[in-house]
Amino acid sequence: MSASAKKTRIFAVVALAVAGAAFALIAVGGLGENLVYYWGPTELRQAGDKAIGATIRLGGKVVEGTVRYDPKTTHLAFEVTDGKERVPVRSLGVPPQMFREGIGVIVEGTMTREGHFQSERLMVSHGNEYRAPTEGEEVDVEALIRSADAAADTR
Amino acid sequence: MIGLLGRSLVLLSLLAASAGTVLAFAGALRRDPAVLAWARRLAYVFALGMLGANLAMEAGLLAHDFSIQYVAQVGSRSSPTWVTIVSLWSALEGSILFWGVVLGGYVAWAVWWTRDRHPEVTPWMLVSLLACCVFFAFLIAGPAHPFAEVPNPPADGPGPNALLQNHILMVLHPPMLYLGYVGMTVPFALACGGLVAGQLGPELLRSLRVSLLVSWVFLTIGIVLGGWWAYEVLGWGGYWAWDPVENASLLPWLTATAALHSILVVERKGILKGWTLTLILATFLLTILGTFMTRSGVFNSVHAFTQSDIGPTFLVFLGIGLLASIFLLAAGIGRLEAEGAIQDAKSREAAFLVNNLLFVMLTLTVLLGTVFPLIVEAVQGRQISVGEPYFNRMAVPLGVALLFLMGIGPALPWGKASPRQVRDALLPPLASGLLLLGIGLLLGARSGWLLVALVAGGYALHVTTAQMLLPVLRKARGGSAAEGFRLLLGKGRRRFGSYVAHLGVVLVLMAVGISTAGRKTIDVTLEKGSAVRLGDYTLTFEGAHEVREPHRISTVARVRVDEGGRTLGTLEPRLNQYRTMREAVGTPAVHSTLREDVYLSLMRLAPDGQSIGLRAFLNPAVVWIWLGAGVIVLGAALALWPSRRLATSTARTLPRKEEEEATPRLEVGA
Repeated sequence: MSASAKKTRIFAVVALAVAGAAFALIAVGGLGENLVYYWGPTELRQAGDKAIGATIRLGGKVVEGTVRYDPKTTHLAFEVTDGKERVPVRSLGVPPQMFREGIGVIVEGTMTREGHFQSERLMVSHGNEYRAPTEGEEVDVEALIRSADAAADTR
Repeated sequence: MIGLLGRSLVLLSLLAASAGTVLAFAGALRRDPAVLAWARRLAYVFALGMLGANLAMEAGLLAHDFSIQYVAQVGSRSSPTWVTIVSLWSALEGSILFWGVVLGGYVAWAVWWTRDRHPEVTPWMLVSLLACCVFFAFLIAGPAHPFAEVPNPPADGPGPNALLQNHILMVLHPPMLYLGYVGMTVPFALACGGLVAGQLGPELLRSLRVSLLVSWVFLTIGIVLGGWWAYEVLGWGGYWAWDPVENASLLPWLTATAALHSILVVERKGILKGWTLTLILATFLLTILGTFMTRSGVFNSVHAFTQSDIGPTFLVFLGIGLLASIFLLAAGIGRLEAEGAIQDAKSREAAFLVNNLLFVMLTLTVLLGTVFPLIVEAVQGRQISVGEPYFNRMAVPLGVALLFLMGIGPALPWGKASPRQVRDALLPPLASGLLLLGIGLLLGARSGWLLVALVAGGYALHVTTAQMLLPVLRKARGGSAAEGFRLLLGKGRRRFGSYVAHLGVVLVLMAVGISTAGRKTIDVTLEKGSAVRLGDYTLTFEGAHEVREPHRISTVARVRVDEGGRTLGTLEPRLNQYRTMREAVGTPAVHSTLREDVYLSLMRLAPDGQSIGLRAFLNPAVVWIWLGAGVIVLGAALALWPSRRLATSTARTLPRKEEEEATPRLEVGA
């Protein structure tokens, strides 16, 4: 190999390494900014201000007597609980047929400064594994969120 | 009875594959044709055993023999017959059994097809193929065990997952995907053989290209049908959500596409040999990784997947495959000598190299986003996922760059190009790019990436069409356009087919861009007789009725669609309540035109049937995704179809020359 070919080769390797590193940085940075956290109401409260603006999948049971739905405007408001904490949720859009009080739901969205959770997507727990909790029972948020994932995975 | 038969056939396959692997290995070492012939016969026995086992399972399903574990798991007397038949691949254990028969089919084909080809490579290909067969036969005989006996058979079963019986596409989508996934075993085995034998000659390249392209076509169909199924069934108005299951099928597709291109460079220039084989090995490993990820339940929980032995077994197989690949590459890559070098950054081979880098970057991006949640959960126990914006942010620029490159690469000549040649080749297509941009702007396109994609798409369309018809234009200049057309479908068919496929890819990418950027959606409650506007359309809720079937009850809403005073028809989105599922599953209704789709999802229905909650989407250009995919498949089929004139004997003696003739160089300014 001639000296100039060697030089070209070294140059190519260095250029590739730099490009690769830059690409990795962008990818990892993009990853960090776009994570979706799977939380229950307790974890959401613990996160405090960190929850504001972050994308969160919040799972819990719809608290009885908190559902307000206006079919005209499709504004929906309710609270979810894991048996310990409660979080008020607002969303815009027609909720699925199964949505009702006492059922397990997963909402994807973010916490607002006003103190409510703004949902972009509302999922009723899917699949046969998850069973809506009976009265007074503590909610297994993790199982709930997983059941929504399992539904997505049937694709 | 059927269960016993199935179990025996699976064991027979396992025995045949194990004995075959040992014999193939011994025969390859000693170069003993008699021993190798026995290994071949055992490969056919494996295939027949798997075929028999699958037929036995189908018989069990159709006979509702609930003493078979898998039938008890997915069978139901109330399911329609077509659902019962496709139940074979509706759950994990059955789909692994189905994998077995597909593998058997490919192995039988590969063994027969390579019987007289590249004699140094074939024995080692046989070893690799049969080793894969051992793994899958073991998986079916042990961890998955669909034929296990149920001690107290139930009278009836639950039937398959309701989402899977909700659409007829479920008949087609999984088999296509499996044909794509499993088929990658053949190029993998050929690549292993090439590495052991230390050669990558024209004959082996041809085998690699054909086997890779066959699987690639099926994988492409499988991915698109998956998107179509999601679109027609899931009711959220889209076809792709960067879901782990979708990503798992996309990853091997990306590396396989890269490999299909780099094979061309090896054929033409004798360079990128080791790289091409690496891509082929990676493709196979990604199919296994994808199957592991989607089929072991690992995405429901990293810890739950150990509840079944299937996940860990896949992981072990993946580990062995990875180690074997690295070892073979390390040992064999040095013997594959490059016969040249890329001399010019403005050449077609350089464009191919960039194409490969982009595909690999895209693969790494998707892989990172897909695997990252698993790693976080395994290490920290926290549950997270990676949001769609990550994938879009990374994949959109890379996708647009690839689209642009589809215009640049084919326009550049092989070898060295003078600055003037480059200018004359690259400038004119820009007019088409700008033209498409102008049309887009007139039609209301405003999103930044879409505008860039329109320019790139117009550019690529121009170059693709020009390249596709180049032989015709040249012959026409000589006075005989008809001869040019004959050339397209004769000698130049492989070249013609690949440009047709490019055309399809451009269509799909443009349609994806337009449908994503131009999507409109509304959520609305409609009383009976009332209407809502969506774009140029008026949607009127006319009423609802109920349809009772043995396995489900559907409530159907009738929504009339009018456009400018003309009634286009009545759409019937529905909610299906399956007997075996707690909650209703919706089926959206779609009115498709070449311009746009009106897509209606029934969200809820008042108990008295007097009002509905409706989610309506206006999705522009979605049909072009399915049409474009059809064009891709057509192009690939054109390139694949065996031609009498390219009979094996001539292909073997004159592979390079044949290609040179069939692939006219671009002579700019001639």
